[in-house]
Amino acid sequence: MNNNRTSAVDIAQNVRNNVKTAADFIEEHLARIAEHDGEIHAFNLVLAKEARARAAEIDEMVAAGRDPGPLAGVPVALKDNMCTQGIPTTCSSNILADWRPPYDATVVTRLREAGAIFVGKTNLDEFAMGSSTENSAFGPTKNPLDTTRVPGGSSGGSAAAVAADFAPISFGSDTGGSIRQPAALCGVVGVKPTYGAVSRLGLIAFGSSLDQIGPFAHTVADAAVGLQTISGHDPGDSTSIQEGPLDLSRKLELGVAGLRIGRITDLPAGASPDVEQRTEEAFDALRAAGAEIVDVKVPAFSYGLTAYYLIAPAEASSNLARFDGVRFGMRTASTDTNHMYMATRTEGFGDEVKRRIMLGTYALSAGYYDAYYGRAQKVRRLIANDFSAAYEKADVLLTPASPTVAFEMGDKASDPLTMYLCDTYTIPSNLTGHPGMSVPFGTGDHGLPVGVQVLAPALKDDVMFQVGAALERSAPQRSTGSGEGGAS
Amino acid sequence: MSITYVNDDAFHPSNDDYERWSKDGWEMVVGLEVHVELATKTKLFSASPNRFGDEPNTNIDPVTLGLPGALPVLNRQAVELAMRLGLALNCTVQKSTFARKNYFYPDMPKAYQISQYDEPINIDGWLDLPDGFRVGIERGHLEEDTGKSTHVGGAGGRIHGSDYSLIDFNRAGVPLVEIVSRPDIRHPEQAKGYINELREILVAVGASDAKMEEGSMRVDANVSVRKPGENFNTRCEIKNVNSVRSLGRAIEYEARRQIALHEADEPVVQQTRHWDENDGRTHTLRSKEDADDYRYFLEPDLVVVDPGIEWIERVRDALPVLPAERRAILADAAGQAANSEAVMVVAERGQDNYVMDVAKLGGDAGVALKHVKEAPELAEQVPVESVATLSKMELSGVITASQAKTIVAVMIESQNVDPEVIAADLGFEAMDNSDLEAMVDQAIAGQPEAWEKFCAGEGKAMGALVGAVMKASKGQADGKAVTALIQTKKPS
Amino acid sequence: MPDESPRITVDEVSKVATLARLILTDEELSTATAELSAMLDHFADIDGLDLEGIEPMMQPTPLANVMRDDVVGVTLNREEVLSQAPLAEDGRFRVPPIVGIEE
Repeated sequence: MNNNRTSAVDIAQNVRNNVKTAADFIEEHLARIAEHDGEIHAFNLVLAKEARARAAEIDEMVAAGRDPGPLAGVPVALKDNMCTQGIPTTCSSNILADWRPPYDATVVTRLREAGAIFVGKTNLDEFAMGSSTENSAFGPTKNPLDTTRVPGGSSGGSAAAVAADFAPISFGSDTGGSIRQPAALCGVVGVKPTYGAVSRLGLIAFGSSLDQIGPFAHTVADAAVGLQTISGHDPGDSTSIQEGPLDLSRKLELGVAGLRIGRITDLPAGASPDVEQRTEEAFDALRAAGAEIVDVKVPAFSYGLTAYYLIAPAEASSNLARFDGVRFGMRTASTDTNHMYMATRTEGFGDEVKRRIMLGTYALSAGYYDAYYGRAQKVRRLIANDFSAAYEKADVLLTPASPTVAFEMGDKASDPLTMYLCDTYTIPSNLTGHPGMSVPFGTGDHGLPVGVQVLAPALKDDVMFQVGAALERSAPQRSTGSGEGGAS
Repeated sequence: MSITYVNDDAFHPSNDDYERWSKDGWEMVVGLEVHVELATKTKLFSASPNRFGDEPNTNIDPVTLGLPGALPVLNRQAVELAMRLGLALNCTVQKSTFARKNYFYPDMPKAYQISQYDEPINIDGWLDLPDGFRVGIERGHLEEDTGKSTHVGGAGGRIHGSDYSLIDFNRAGVPLVEIVSRPDIRHPEQAKGYINELREILVAVGASDAKMEEGSMRVDANVSVRKPGENFNTRCEIKNVNSVRSLGRAIEYEARRQIALHEADEPVVQQTRHWDENDGRTHTLRSKEDADDYRYFLEPDLVVVDPGIEWIERVRDALPVLPAERRAILADAAGQAANSEAVMVVAERGQDNYVMDVAKLGGDAGVALKHVKEAPELAEQVPVESVATLSKMELSGVITASQAKTIVAVMIESQNVDPEVIAADLGFEAMDNSDLEAMVDQAIAGQPEAWEKFCAGEGKAMGALVGAVMKASKGQADGKAVTALIQTKKPS
Repeated sequence: MPDESPRITVDEVSKVATLARLILTDEELSTATAELSAMLDHFADIDGLDLEGIEPMMQPTPLANVMRDDVVGVTLNREEVLSQAPLAEDGRFRVPPIVGIEE
């Protein structure tokens, strides 16, 4: 691991000011990828040629006196469920193994226009369904901090890419915790913004009312720049916020004096003692920095898992119906169209995907809608009401991000329900649309990183970052793989 | 999906006064579902052109093709047109939401159709037929159209026996409004009248060109039969009706088919049936019981549409005069019934304005209406002043009706549009009444048998007498005046 | 609980698989039924909640009336799209006979 990593903010500064070329930065990162990704498997696809070409373009712009943008020359990795025109976008599924989208996701366009350089498409749990990246049809990703363990999921590849210094910033998607949980397990910062803050156009949908794209980075400041760049209204996404880009850097230095940090006293149990201990220390650190810790209750919190596992699969069952072998992707030849559908989907989808499609189909089916999907959406309202009440008393809430540190490969593979519990603390904010971020805060068992989660009300992403930055400044140093912390 | 009506007799009391179709004591109960393509420039949820007849798969985009990651964005003009047609059909325009209707079919790119389910944009309207019969409208909602499949290798391009199919997605995503009527129709002529009137309304408000033959208006009929006053029985949905005439035939066939089943104590199976124009029958397509469970749920990628009172009133204020009102105005001016053939034909052609313009210049609307009906070119080619003058000449008896007809023909065919000049050129002169009376006396004297029969009460015998007068006058006598004169000579 | 009827039966799972266009072997059907049943057991925690008068929350967003102007935009290149199609002919997507759905 590289203890002298350069942050994205610094890379961009260096490139824009002609201190170092984008080409040099890219070569460094590509070299690391070439050396280590064979083992880590963060990437489904490394874009070495494209990255070098783009770096040359960026350097030309700088030489010509033009500003390539706030992410000039910054190597960026993209989760392989974001459409990149002409470049394979697979969702780590056999059913999309060779698909090249004819268009770019909005996020991709915004990053490119900011000067970012894409180094590759990262591995994920197939169609973003999972918490360990073991559900990938192309093989798992390993946690760079301990390669016998999972990096978390579903954005395991993007988390690992940053943890292994393949890129200072990467992007994933979070439907039930798929950015925050792998961020915690890999010891990096991971952010799910307010629902609608980032365009979903070009993100291959899993749970449409839950999905959001967000950044991974080593520092809160880098995550802020990454998120700012991609956020803001997109007329191509009817659910995107009306406001422009989020302003996240402004409050990073403000500290937490006077802020009220909520402790959820009825939080569901299930976190391991080491994680609980670090979380407690996080409260202590914030109190020492001048914040007020207040007790709040969110009675419906524990019902989040159930509501999520009825709503998300239901939406997914509909979103994944378009994978039918007609217009794109894999097709299993058959004697009639109906058999073509069945054979293609049966062969093309992995077990977890099929499991969730069936659960979701059932939850929506005639006679069961009211008991399952309909009921779950009411529980969702209940949870949102409870959070609203809590946010009357607190500015942000603090919880563990993941109940445990990174677990071993194969540990939870036998029982899907066990895996689902990984998202206990992250899921509710997907249901409510509130933002959440995981910030590394010390280590737990086996010296593995622990992530603490900051939750904030909708569109208060800047306050969330403010608290996240404070946590970062006060976080205990990690003995493995930690670089400079905090913005300065 | 639709509301289940058990018995509709209370909807519009005066509907009872209209003729119902019946056979062997059974009556038909018919509701119509009409899909209308909206006349927008672009599709409902994406900016690809809404155009018919282009090369296959040239009006496509990620949304149209249902590509992964694509997201719908609603077309404001489609909402405006849906509101226009809703208000023209007396509907309440309400806050509405979109829903996914999930099913697999190759021309359905997402394997779900975005439609409206719980909360459609238009509800609770009605359409009055020209004769006053009222058909209720349950709802009108927005939804996207599917692509088009062509089946290769089977007989007549049918699915059955085909080797493969080819899909064109140009039509996928075109905006539709589905208009669902209440099951108020009781006669095939009412069904046809409903479609004709609906079409006129849609064209008048600019919502659609509504051409059944081109597919921009598609009609499905829900048909059942019952003994009058009893509850509704099982119905069947009839598809593949491609013209108004076919609609009448299909409904009648289906009603008879179901009556035969009821009479034989056999069940009517709820199913979709396919009208075959060639053999004049409906055939089983699929059983509704086997149909997919659509698993409707709110479309998470779109947000609520709440037009608000201001937009609604703006649309209402901008509505043009609707066909029914145009007919009423024309009928009133011409002194005829609103559903008289002349009024209906001329208004449908859009030539009512011409007749009203004639009236504004002091011409006689009734006379003008008659001529425009008979000679549509009049309204296209001849100035209103000419027709105004002509109608005054005819009304005052200066020229006869048949002379007027001749003048009309001349005005259409030549450059000469001055009726007075034409009349003079053709030697049309008013017949003196005393000359006329002399001719009538001569005719009576010359046709003794006819006169005897006429006096004995045979009205038909009048014809020979009138004919004799017309011959003697070389066609210049006014037929009406002749008839009147003959009547006065009849011994009382 | 062995004497409780399963939350979901093999028959229901089979119907669901058909709706979702998935083929399951008998063994897979058994396994799926057990798994789904166990999940639904777990999810029964919301059965007891009093949800009277609670409006469902379908979306987190309070937005309304998001629309675009009726203006033609960029379309996709047909050749590029068809090059990604599993099978194309005559400028169109080719599929095997469409039976087993309508008939």
